[in-house]
Amino acid sequence: MPTTAPPLADVTASDSTLRRFLHGLPGVDAVGLEARAASLGTRSIKTTAKAYAIDLAISMVDLTTLEGADTPGKVRALGAKAVHPDPTDRTAPATAAVCVYPDMVATAKEAVAGSAVKVASVATAFPAGRAPLDIKLADVRAAVAAGADEIDMVIDRGAFLAGKYLKVYDEIAAVKEACGSSARLKVIFETGELSTYDNIRRASWLGMLAGADFIKTSTGKVAVNATPANTLLMLEAVRDFRAQTGVQVGVKPAGGIRTSKDAIKFLVLVNETAGGDWLDNHWFRFGASSLLNDLLMQRQKLATGRYSGPDYVTVD
Amino acid sequence: MNTENPLSPFAYAPAPESRSVVDIAPSYGLFVDGEFTEAADGKVFKTVSPSTEEVLSEVAQAGEADVDRAVKAARKAFVKWSALPGSERAKYLFRIARIVQERSRELAVLETLDNGKPIRETRDADLPLVAAHFFYYAGWADKLGHAGFGPSPKPLGVAGQVIPWNFPLLMLAWKIAPALATGNTVVLKPAETTPLSALFFADICRQAGLPKGVVNILPGYGDAGAALVAHPDVNKVAFTGSTAVGKAIARTVAGTDKKLTLELGGKGANIVFDDAPIDQAVEGIVNGIFFNQGQVCCAGSRLLVQESIHDELLDSLKRRLSTLRLGDPLDKNTDIGAINSAEQLARITTLADQGEAEGAERWSPACELPESGYWFAPTLFTGVTQAHTIARDEIFGPVLSVLTFRTPDEAVAKANNTPYGLSAGIWTEKGSRILAVASRLRAGVVWSNTFNKFDPTSPFGGYKESGFGREGGRHGLEAYLDV
Repeated sequence: MPTTAPPLADVTASDSTLRRFLHGLPGVDAVGLEARAASLGTRSIKTTAKAYAIDLAISMVDLTTLEGADTPGKVRALGAKAVHPDPTDRTAPATAAVCVYPDMVATAKEAVAGSAVKVASVATAFPAGRAPLDIKLADVRAAVAAGADEIDMVIDRGAFLAGKYLKVYDEIAAVKEACGSSARLKVIFETGELSTYDNIRRASWLGMLAGADFIKTSTGKVAVNATPANTLLMLEAVRDFRAQTGVQVGVKPAGGIRTSKDAIKFLVLVNETAGGDWLDNHWFRFGASSLLNDLLMQRQKLATGRYSGPDYVTVD
Repeated sequence: MNTENPLSPFAYAPAPESRSVVDIAPSYGLFVDGEFTEAADGKVFKTVSPSTEEVLSEVAQAGEADVDRAVKAARKAFVKWSALPGSERAKYLFRIARIVQERSRELAVLETLDNGKPIRETRDADLPLVAAHFFYYAGWADKLGHAGFGPSPKPLGVAGQVIPWNFPLLMLAWKIAPALATGNTVVLKPAETTPLSALFFADICRQAGLPKGVVNILPGYGDAGAALVAHPDVNKVAFTGSTAVGKAIARTVAGTDKKLTLELGGKGANIVFDDAPIDQAVEGIVNGIFFNQGQVCCAGSRLLVQESIHDELLDSLKRRLSTLRLGDPLDKNTDIGAINSAEQLARITTLADQGEAEGAERWSPACELPESGYWFAPTLFTGVTQAHTIARDEIFGPVLSVLTFRTPDEAVAKANNTPYGLSAGIWTEKGSRILAVASRLRAGVVWSNTFNKFDPTSPFGGYKESGFGREGGRHGLEAYLDV
């Protein structure tokens, strides 16, 4: 089992100590949280800062295909795009990773071979997470064996909402163990299903206590995914967790971030909440595929002074 | 000019708002009886931009003769204006509100230039509220019989209004909108450091076709304000500003039949309990004391923290202060602008130095101040007690005093232990505690889990030396009606 960092080791001793700890975290005032997220959204990012932000955002994208109809051909195309997002401009940075279902990991791995692009896989019965633990673990092991660098797991929201925090903790810890030393673990909360900001803060701490390398908002498969407010809240959680334990955890908003303007607002949140230490793709990611093309179009606009159009970037 | 966040490699490039949207004339006159005119004695004064010390314009300086002329014009206009049906007065007010909205970018830039506050605040707070006040009171103009002051309440006559420099246009709106809605006419004196937006407002009155003499604007110094307050033909005096001047006005008005409302100083307590939403409380503290560089009468300048979370909260607060961006107020990313005047800067500096001399511990984030203009870094004092001058005197600047308490009773006792009583804040996740504590606080406004939120429908005013009377809301009508 992974060991929780010393100052907090005893909070996971039992269901009741864990519950007491999670319910003792500072509350979240929804109005204040959303107002802060909105006010950071009015920061004006221009010229050199904008160019820097766009390249940074591109390098943070987890380029994702999670469709029942995924084919090896589509995954190879995605891999090629991840390595060279803009075929007309080789100075465009590579994305952080490609994210696929476990059975496509080997194909994806081949497609990005020789580059720094990671392969992430959504294991653990994505997106519902409703499968027995041994099946989830088998899912993870298969993905890791196929070469996945990162595992995106979904938590059991049912258990979380029922207050069975230790069960959720044990599952995350078991998945972390199955990841071994080679794969980083991203824990997806599906914030849209947790329904309150207090729950999102508790889930963040629960995930981090159990050994998450990243905490991630959502699967992108439900109505409400990443928002500036829930991402701001998770950034506060990783910042506070590092202050208490010395352990740094990454953050990944996913779903619903479609434009460069939105992405830059998220970078401002990172900058002003967690701080500059989180401003690279080891610590911050965007789970948003359609975002990449908009970033590339904005990048072309900055380079040429003209807007191109959807036909000047690749479809996948 | 921007002081970059030292924590981050992500430096925002400057994003200044264009000055070209506002056309400032080299000189302005007084606005009397619908016309811009020179002062009777020909006096003028200069208004400067506090962030650069650049002279923006030369403005006519009103004297006693000008006050008399303006009051006469207002008296003459009162006859027709007060006889108009409320729905007709409402049309003018709605028109003014819409013109303010149309010209809001121009006015926001102007206000930032003349006052020194960040464009983020003039654009996002001041101007939307100015328009909202005119819209709100326009809505009341034809419904005065239903406001709870009798079936047909009457206006008072000529209102003499004196406003401060911290929210020049917003304070103008707070004063003029209810006065006109209720059928009064107005002579208003803006502060000598920030006369420009009031003069632009005079132009808006002309644009709206407001009858001559209904609104008169007299830029000038304290002597003009004193003459206005003392003028025998003024029926109503409304003042927002310092407690010292407020007391002088009260003495002048005493024994006359003038109605008086005073909005004076404050030393607001912001009470943070140990179960507060900490991250939002930190934002609220920042907004409470660093909004408009702390030059806010209802600023939360005394932070009362429950002892058990003092260290944790202070760590969070200091980290947050390190991300505040001080500099060019026209830059859209600026959080902290310039102090309004050299005089005010000197006052803040003196009081902060006194805090240090009396033994409180002073802290400011690493922050480079621009070379020209009037600047003061965001500052907080820990280890402050009720006996320190900085816990008692209104500093009216970006200086926060931090005190601690152990029990709710102690928090209430300390919060109320001040000659002022304008505002207070309570931060806790426990709803019953909010109600229990709020009902014991002697303050005109008590915010819970937020701070410095304003709305035209919400009355605002003080207890004790913070003044009397209410502005805003239905209550705000009362001050301008014969009830």
